[in-house]
Amino acid sequence: MKTIKKSRTRLEKAHISLRVNGESVEVAFAPHKTLLEVLREDMGLTGTKHGCELGECGCCAVLVDGQPVLSCLALGLAMEGREVTTVEGMADGTSLHPLQQTFAELGAAQCGYCTPGFLLTAKVLLEKDAKPSRQEIKEALSGNICRCTGYIKIYEAVELAAARMRGEQAEPAEETIYGRQ
Amino acid sequence: MKGFELHEPKTVKEAVDTLTRIGPNAKVLAGGSDLVSGVMKDWVEGSGMPIPTALVDITTIPQLKGIRAAAAGITIGANTTLTEIFESKEVTGKLPLLAQAAHSVASPLIRNYATLGGNINQRPRCWFLRGPDFDCYKKGGDFCFSVGGDNRYHAIIGGELCYIVHPSDTAAALLALNAQAKIAGPAGERMVPFDSYFVGPRENILNENVLKANEILVEVFIPNPAAGTKQTWLKLKNREVYDFALISVAAAFTAAGDVWQDGRIVLGGVAPVPYRATAIENQLKGKNIKTSIKQAAAIIRTVARPMSMNAYKVDIAQNLVERTILQGLA
Ligand SMILES: Cc1cc2nc3c(=O)[nH]c(=O)nc-3n(C[C@H](O)[C@H](O)[C@H](O)COP(=O)(O)OP(=O)(O)OC[C@H]3O[C@@H](n4cnc5c(N)ncnc54)[C@H](O)[C@@H]3O)c2cc1C
Ligand code: SF4
Ligand code: FES
Ligand code: FES
Repeated sequence: MKTIKKSRTRLEKAHISLRVNGESVEVAFAPHKTLLEVLREDMGLTGTKHGCELGECGCCAVLVDGQPVLSCLALGLAMEGREVTTVEGMADGTSLHPLQQTFAELGAAQCGYCTPGFLLTAKVLLEKDAKPSRQEIKEALSGNICRCTGYIKIYEAVELAAARMRGEQAEPAEETIYGRQ
Repeated sequence: MKGFELHEPKTVKEAVDTLTRIGPNAKVLAGGSDLVSGVMKDWVEGSGMPIPTALVDITTIPQLKGIRAAAAGITIGANTTLTEIFESKEVTGKLPLLAQAAHSVASPLIRNYATLGGNINQRPRCWFLRGPDFDCYKKGGDFCFSVGGDNRYHAIIGGELCYIVHPSDTAAALLALNAQAKIAGPAGERMVPFDSYFVGPRENILNENVLKANEILVEVFIPNPAAGTKQTWLKLKNREVYDFALISVAAAFTAAGDVWQDGRIVLGGVAPVPYRATAIENQLKGKNIKTSIKQAAAIIRTVARPMSMNAYKVDIAQNLVERTILQGLA
């Protein structure tokens, strides 16, 4: 149940219950906070990154009811009863999600700041389409900006993860790891 | 961000009542991608644009969501997301222009929850308006900073006191498709054609459309286009994602062979409202499009009055109109 006192003072807290990474949780926070702030500041889930806060970079992307959205633009209050997935919820116990594995193998993360957003957005893509083309991957990830990698490694990591998730015995090409000879 | 009260009505009537009771300091909240991140978080305010103290979240109203196809046309609820619009078979089949315009907005992450109602009613992107330090006319101040400032993205047509360009891509498409808006207010519902939905600064400098503070856009009705209607959307932007139109052209027209019969040409990015180029439409009437489009598109030069830094937009507008119509014909 959501209880918000009808007041504008900063001390009032909103209480909502929602599911985060598969667990039911209740959280209290200042009602004006964005989902990004609630996750990072009130729930300690700092895997979700804080970038432009304008909706222009994608590093704050999380899944709400399975769809990628920008947590910097969404209100915490709107999350009552919703299912939120952050990067912390991607691994299955101790085994990484195939995307996390291939991002690591191929060096698709450099500073890593954009990585949580890319991982979650790519996860949804692969749920919808087990074998996306390079163009479809580009399109799906076009709202995520990376200042380090130049994107190629990211696309290759998504392709490799997709192949493994289809059950193929895929290994990265040497060229992919070491660059062109 | 400043604190606010949140209201979650379950019906349109409840929402309108709440807006009426609280007055202009209450604002409709849909996806929040403009209202929360663009306006409230950045403290964009002035005497004519108070930061809302109450938000009325309309995403809790089931009636406002969904796409319905009927014999006369397609109705789209205001809370339908842009992704839902271009993924709908009905819309891509009958209204490819609207599907393409919705698809060209922002980025996939934004389209997933930005709503049609929010896209149509979003506030302009003039960088002085969005900057908290500029108390301009549109915020209730007494100055326009774009006239002497950097106005490379401002209006080339219809600016007066204020020189914004209307930011919505779907609005241009809806106007070209001769759509209508259903608006709910305290006195009940009314239908307003998009031809008269948007208003320029001369009529109301504080708002870009006819909605009053206690009115809600309920849904949009798009009549089935006449058989054989050609629909084209071209949007020129500085970068592929995340960008508003430098210039966009939405065209829906019928032709007998190469001869223009009837249709609409609407430009985005040129004026404070989505701009219907009736002079170009009239010039094309009954003419061979291939041989007359150059001259017709050049009419834009006679109506445009560029500012100090945006004359380049006139050339782009002229060429983009020509290209859009020829592409539609092909
Ligand atoms: C990075 C970025 C890039 C963008 N690029 C583009 C672009 O290329 N093209 C484009 O067209 N847009 C673009 N946008 C704008 C974006 O499309 C809008 O922010 C979005 O569509 C608004 O939808 P929303 O549901 O989030 O609305 P909200 O932010 O909730 O609402 C927006 C405004 O509309 C009002 N409103 C909403 N629904 C209704 C209703 N039913 N009745 C009455 N009033 C209502 C609200 O009160 C508010 O003032 C961009 C935005 C961002 C952040
Ligand atoms: S163009 Fe309009 S919104 Fe921009 S500074 Fe001038 S008055 Fe304000
Ligand atoms: S921080 Fe949310 S998009 Fe950049
Ligand atoms: S790895 Fe640094 S921004 Fe992408």
